[in-house]
Amino acid sequence: MIQLNAVYMLWLREMIKYVRAKSRMVAAVAMPVFMLVFLGLGFRRVEIPGVPPEISYIQYLVPGILGMTILFSSAYAGMGVIMDRQYGFLKEVMVTPASRVSIVLGMIAGTATTSLIQASMMMLLSVFLGFQLPDILSFAEALLIMLLISVIFISIGLTLSSVFRDLHGFNMIINFIVFPLFLLSGALFPVANLPGVIQILSYADPLTYGVDALRGVMIGYSAFPLILDIGILLLCAVSMVVLSGYCFQNGEAL
Amino acid sequence: MSSISVHNLTKKFGDFVAVDNVTFSVKEGELFGLLGPNGAGKTTIINMLTTLLAPTSGNAVIVGIDSKMDPDKVRNNIGIIFQDPSLDLGLTGRENLKFHAMMYNIGREERDKRIVEVLAVVRLEDKADTLVEYYSGGMKRRLEIARGLIHRPSVLFLDEPTLGLDAQTRRSIWDYIRNLKEEYKTSIVLTTHYMEEADYLCDRIAVIDQGKIVALDTPSHLKSLHQGDRITLTVSGPSDELVAILRKKNWIREIVSENETITVTVSNGESILPVLFLAAHSCGVLVRSVSLHKPSLEDVFISLTGAAIREQDGSRRAAMREKLRRRMMR
Repeated sequence: MIQLNAVYMLWLREMIKYVRAKSRMVAAVAMPVFMLVFLGLGFRRVEIPGVPPEISYIQYLVPGILGMTILFSSAYAGMGVIMDRQYGFLKEVMVTPASRVSIVLGMIAGTATTSLIQASMMMLLSVFLGFQLPDILSFAEALLIMLLISVIFISIGLTLSSVFRDLHGFNMIINFIVFPLFLLSGALFPVANLPGVIQILSYADPLTYGVDALRGVMIGYSAFPLILDIGILLLCAVSMVVLSGYCFQNGEAL
Repeated sequence: MSSISVHNLTKKFGDFVAVDNVTFSVKEGELFGLLGPNGAGKTTIINMLTTLLAPTSGNAVIVGIDSKMDPDKVRNNIGIIFQDPSLDLGLTGRENLKFHAMMYNIGREERDKRIVEVLAVVRLEDKADTLVEYYSGGMKRRLEIARGLIHRPSVLFLDEPTLGLDAQTRRSIWDYIRNLKEEYKTSIVLTTHYMEEADYLCDRIAVIDQGKIVALDTPSHLKSLHQGDRITLTVSGPSDELVAILRKKNWIREIVSENETITVTVSNGESILPVLFLAAHSCGVLVRSVSLHKPSLEDVFISLTGAAIREQDGSRRAAMREKLRRRMMR
């Protein structure tokens, strides 16, 4: 059912291409760095209701920006599939005897790794703005949570790529989805500050739980119990992977 | 034993019939050609045989495996060279080959050995570690052929292998293809709309038009069946007498006389020429010039399908085909 060789090769291909595209690395962290620098420094002295007074805004903001980094880099994974379809490489992948499940898992593994590398780079950069790094154990926990977030949004991107087949259509839809998900997630301010109706939308956003869980392990403060956050993330991840696998299995290969 | 047998294969897109009840079989080690104008349904047939498209009805058995029952197993036994490029431009030639070998689950030692081997077949050893982005069109094509061979398929599908390549590259790719057949004993199915290509390479040709097979035979048979050799003589002297004599001969298929030009159609031009000269001499007719026209596959093709450039007729049907084609390309 799952051919490890195929999964490994798809992962390796993503790594090779990632290392070769230096500009991609820089571009991917540029946006979160801007957000972090301007919001982090600009709101440094502001007291935001809902944020405990002993936690500085930069401490509060960094896990949110990490969530954003993961969201952006993961959701655009579908773009790779669309490019491969346009350049014909997807046909080459689909015509091999590797099972569709292995192909989807390989794609997820590749993009998840690049997302985690980017988020780790962000975390190290945030030290320059006064962010206090968590200990090594919490860092490992944070990586696991980021992996879950990444898997959720990669799967969403892959699913969309099997529906929206051209680059422009996909771009429109993904922007339309990614920005609200980011703003609703409480990455910048506590969700509790939003009006009631919008709060409901926030609770439907998987990233809300991702950011909350990251805060839980990195700065020791979370709005929900950690176990609830992780439970919801796991549930979302599994169901999204199954959905994207289904879409690849049944969608036309060409 | 035949390596492919196709029975009543049909594919409909909505109410448009792209492939209409096609039946044929390919023998082991045979180079089989699907020849037809653009949009005749060749690529759709290939896509069904390679399990990328499900047929509407009918079935295809490839090396003894029903493509509907076990598509994964079929994919293990076939190699495909697509009409449109399908390489990863961001990887080197060697990496593209490695990717393919890994996807087919070939072990490391065997993989490295075969990569070296297929690179030698298409003579890309020097360029193996260059990014494919910098390859020329012909090199890309050769790399794709090499890739199609790595897993030693028993059947190789080549969809328009020389489309858009210059004459020299085309010739060298033809030689590679012939070589494959001899060296690996692979059965090869090739689609093309170039007559010379089908003529030069194929053991047998199925002429496809509007989703149907309109003729299936060896190239030489097709040619002799549909049109004989044409000999044109320019003469002076009592030509009417000569025409009368020639008309009685049973090896003459057709004879047309106009002023001083006589055109005869026969089945074996080279051996008839001396006989014609002798006949002319004996009636006192002077032959001033002579020309012999051997039929090309193109003549046969036009007489079979009735049109050389059908896709430009601007009909609704043509538009539909074009739309379909775009959809498949994406």
